Amino acid sequence: MSTQTVDLVDYDEAVRRYDPVIGIEVHVELGTATKMFCPAPAVFGEEPNTSVSPVSLGLPGALPVVNGTAVEYAIRIGLALNCQIAESCRFARKNYFYPDVPKNFQTSQYDEPIAFDGYLDVELDDGEIFRVQIERAHMEEDAGKNTHVGGSTGRIQGAEYSLVDYNRAGIPLVEIVTRPIEGAGERAPEVARAYVQTLRDIFRALGVSEARMERGNVRADVNLSLRPTPESVLGTRTETKNVNSFRSVERAVRYEVSRQAAVLDAGDTVTQETRHWHEDTGITTAGRVKSDAEDYRYFPEPDLVPVNPSREWVEEIRATLPELPAARRRRLQGVWGFADAEMRDVVNAGAIELIEATVAAGASPAAARKWWMGELARTAKTQEVELGDLPITPAQIGQLQALVDSGRINDKLARQVLEGVLAGEGDPEQVVVARGLEVVSDDGPLLEAIDATLAAQPDLAEKIRSGNQGPIGAIIGAVMKATRGQADAGRVRELVLERLSEG
Amino acid sequence: MTDLTRLSAADLADKLAAGDVSSVEATQAHLDRIAAVEPAVHAFLHVSADEALATARDVDARRAAGEELHTLAGVPIAVKDIIVTKGLPTTAGSRILEGWVPPYDATLVSRIKDAGLPILGKTNMDEFAMGSSTEHSAYGNTHNPWDLDRIPGGSGGGSAAAVAAYEAPLAIGTDTGGSIRQPGAVTGTVGVKPTYGSVSRYGLIALASSLDQAGPVTRTVLDSALLHELIGGHDPRDSTSIDEPLPGLVAAARQGATGDLAGVRVGVVRELQGEGYQPGVLARFEESLDLLRQAGAEIVEVSCPHFGYALGAYYLILPSEASSNLAKFDGMRFGLRVEPEDGPATAERVMGATRGAGFGDEVKRRIILGTYALSAGYYDAYYGSAQKVRTLIQRDFAAAFEQADVLVSPTAPTTAFKLGEKLDDPLAMYLNDVATIPANLAGVPGLSVPNGLSDDGLPVGFQVLAPAKADDRLYRVGAALEALLEAQWGGPLLDRAPELEVGK
Repeated sequence: MSTQTVDLVDYDEAVRRYDPVIGIEVHVELGTATKMFCPAPAVFGEEPNTSVSPVSLGLPGALPVVNGTAVEYAIRIGLALNCQIAESCRFARKNYFYPDVPKNFQTSQYDEPIAFDGYLDVELDDGEIFRVQIERAHMEEDAGKNTHVGGSTGRIQGAEYSLVDYNRAGIPLVEIVTRPIEGAGERAPEVARAYVQTLRDIFRALGVSEARMERGNVRADVNLSLRPTPESVLGTRTETKNVNSFRSVERAVRYEVSRQAAVLDAGDTVTQETRHWHEDTGITTAGRVKSDAEDYRYFPEPDLVPVNPSREWVEEIRATLPELPAARRRRLQGVWGFADAEMRDVVNAGAIELIEATVAAGASPAAARKWWMGELARTAKTQEVELGDLPITPAQIGQLQALVDSGRINDKLARQVLEGVLAGEGDPEQVVVARGLEVVSDDGPLLEAIDATLAAQPDLAEKIRSGNQGPIGAIIGAVMKATRGQADAGRVRELVLERLSEG
Repeated sequence: MTDLTRLSAADLADKLAAGDVSSVEATQAHLDRIAAVEPAVHAFLHVSADEALATARDVDARRAAGEELHTLAGVPIAVKDIIVTKGLPTTAGSRILEGWVPPYDATLVSRIKDAGLPILGKTNMDEFAMGSSTEHSAYGNTHNPWDLDRIPGGSGGGSAAAVAAYEAPLAIGTDTGGSIRQPGAVTGTVGVKPTYGSVSRYGLIALASSLDQAGPVTRTVLDSALLHELIGGHDPRDSTSIDEPLPGLVAAARQGATGDLAGVRVGVVRELQGEGYQPGVLARFEESLDLLRQAGAEIVEVSCPHFGYALGAYYLILPSEASSNLAKFDGMRFGLRVEPEDGPATAERVMGATRGAGFGDEVKRRIILGTYALSAGYYDAYYGSAQKVRTLIQRDFAAAFEQADVLVSPTAPTTAFKLGEKLDDPLAMYLNDVATIPANLAGVPGLSVPNGLSDDGLPVGFQVLAPAKADDRLYRVGAALEALLEAQWGGPLLDRAPELEVGK
């Protein structure tokens, strides 16, 4: 671990004096059954070097064949990002020697990406829409994974030996490259984070990837440069590799802004290099210097023929694209009648699907939101789990609300029922029965309780009888207490008034 | 009993089908022949006697059980060592793959195994098929059965010599710039480079992916047709494989053998003769044209003006692709691994030491050439320009095939030269392929058939080229010329080869 200390310029100060320009490359592993160029399964977590074939091991004589599903997924992504889809495109070889690349070249797309010239509208925290221009989305294969054994750091320096696992080698990737993102100003970190987050949501909505950040399904490389003013030419950029969480994307941009500002303030020039992001310390450190001399000797992959997606096929795919997250949010907000702020809270809490399913289970949108954003959100926060990971289903919330709506339980009881469901006591109905939480709707026990209460407090009974309704609340409260809250307060009121008018 | 090793594959297949001989007998006869002549010829890098006999026994049993078998079932075959064979060592003639036993079969090997052909072994070759003499093998020279002091051609000198020396009736070769046809010419055997995409490349260790093509090496044109039909046809594991049925190759060979070429237009390529061609080679070529004319063919002269650039373009495209294809040989996963003698054994240094020790000079030469040609700043001038030449050559072929059904030329400019004669002169070595390279650049099929002996008493080959996917034309014209020549000679050319000194 690098222990170098770097002077940083305070972020707010840095963005007052410099205009940040970002560029983001996102790699997404596609969720196809097999690899990009061979029938080996594309799976996660198997024993090392078991999900392989002669092709993904780069054995002599093996030849690649393009995975048609991967092409379809790439087109889906391209269309969702408002890209043009190439009528013909090729793969190329990117030649470089590294043990995790079994052929010592990566089969990728170079000057002929399958999708290009698109854009993505990204919604920021305050609801503002920021448009990110997409340069291209291209297909390629993932590399294997090196593990460096021995030494203290797990890094290659000082390691005794290294192991390579080729299970990941050949897993299909789509790389999405933005044009320089200008005009974000001080919000650059937020834009970067929101962009990656929006992409992740899109990958999931499209069904092209599980898009699990923690598994490295989605990996971001963040380019950043500073310039004195938005009118100045672009500054020298750094590329911070493998930033693998939303929060880290935001932090990495902030850090690089502060660091580069310090370099520029000192009168130095920023070195064009790749940098490593350190999740634990929240800093970047210098990696390989990216000289222009680095030569991958790209040339068209002669073992593959061009990919020529027919226009009919592209239109077919376009027609089956699901509603994308942003459009869906707008539609649901309209249908549910939530205010902007309410909707934003729902989105940020990751509760859209939950509320949608709860509404589908019969609850009103308002009731669904009340449960998920209220009691359940508090519970999730206390237990430090995701809302969706609570042991309760939208269907159960629907049942719970139905019990309230029918008057069988009241709000207070409903919270106890919820507690029971979360404790694993079964569906709301079962909890109500097992805990005996049903509202007492039989007038007999109520009248008994009322009579006892009135008899115990004759002065209050007299006041009410004489027309002063003030003390009725106290009577109702006492009755509720006597019935352990299982009475319907409205019915108690009716019965009290009835009783007193009789006498 | 007839010497089973002297039979053509078709005749041996007939005897097997008729029950006159067993596959075990035929296979054993060839193994005995191999044992006898290998010390002199060295066509094989590995002989798989046990596996071959096991296949032969299995075929005999299936035949005895009345099972319907492939025409060539039980006929032994040799396979060039650049084709991967599950369980059999595969080196591509290189030290860097010494001891490597592939865990899978090439598609064409699967087809050979499925059809029940005993595989006798793996044949010698120039390292990674780079060469025209088999002298660049890391495992010693193969000797031309016509004159053991001479080269058997290359890169597939082992397959051609094995067939010429009656060690195998059939062999598989690969042809990137002439590696099937030129050895065929200099050993008096038949060799066919099929249309690019006609035979699967899956399991063929790539030299230059856009040029490589596997094909048959035999003693007769009909045998080549039989083998081509067996190994050819679409393979979903090779993206460049043609998804169409092969034309009728055996039928075309049988039709040609009648000696009737009425109505066939034969184009003589002006650019593939003259300077640099031996007088004896040109004389045999002219005589063969006369025979074709007598058989009813119309002889026309065609011009392919860009063929003069073919060699130059080829030696940019081939090294470029090869430099990338050979990158995988790095000591990390299979084959040779050499750790540096001093200093740390980092991955990069192990790769360097392994490649330094594992590759021969010709391979290194071409890797360096290709790496340079693909480099930023040079790509357009070299690789880019070469691809343009390739397009021009394809157009030359298209125009020529407007005027002729097939094109013909001498296969190689000279007969077999002496071992060592051109080893220090790469350019002279490269010129051997001047007539065969254009077909690879254009992807069209080519055949070489023996058409006599030059003044030096060594065999000469006649090349037939056809449009892509019209491989049947090669077989028709090739079989016709073969029949007419053999009628003239009173038997196959190989009958005139000297008997090898066989130690009993």
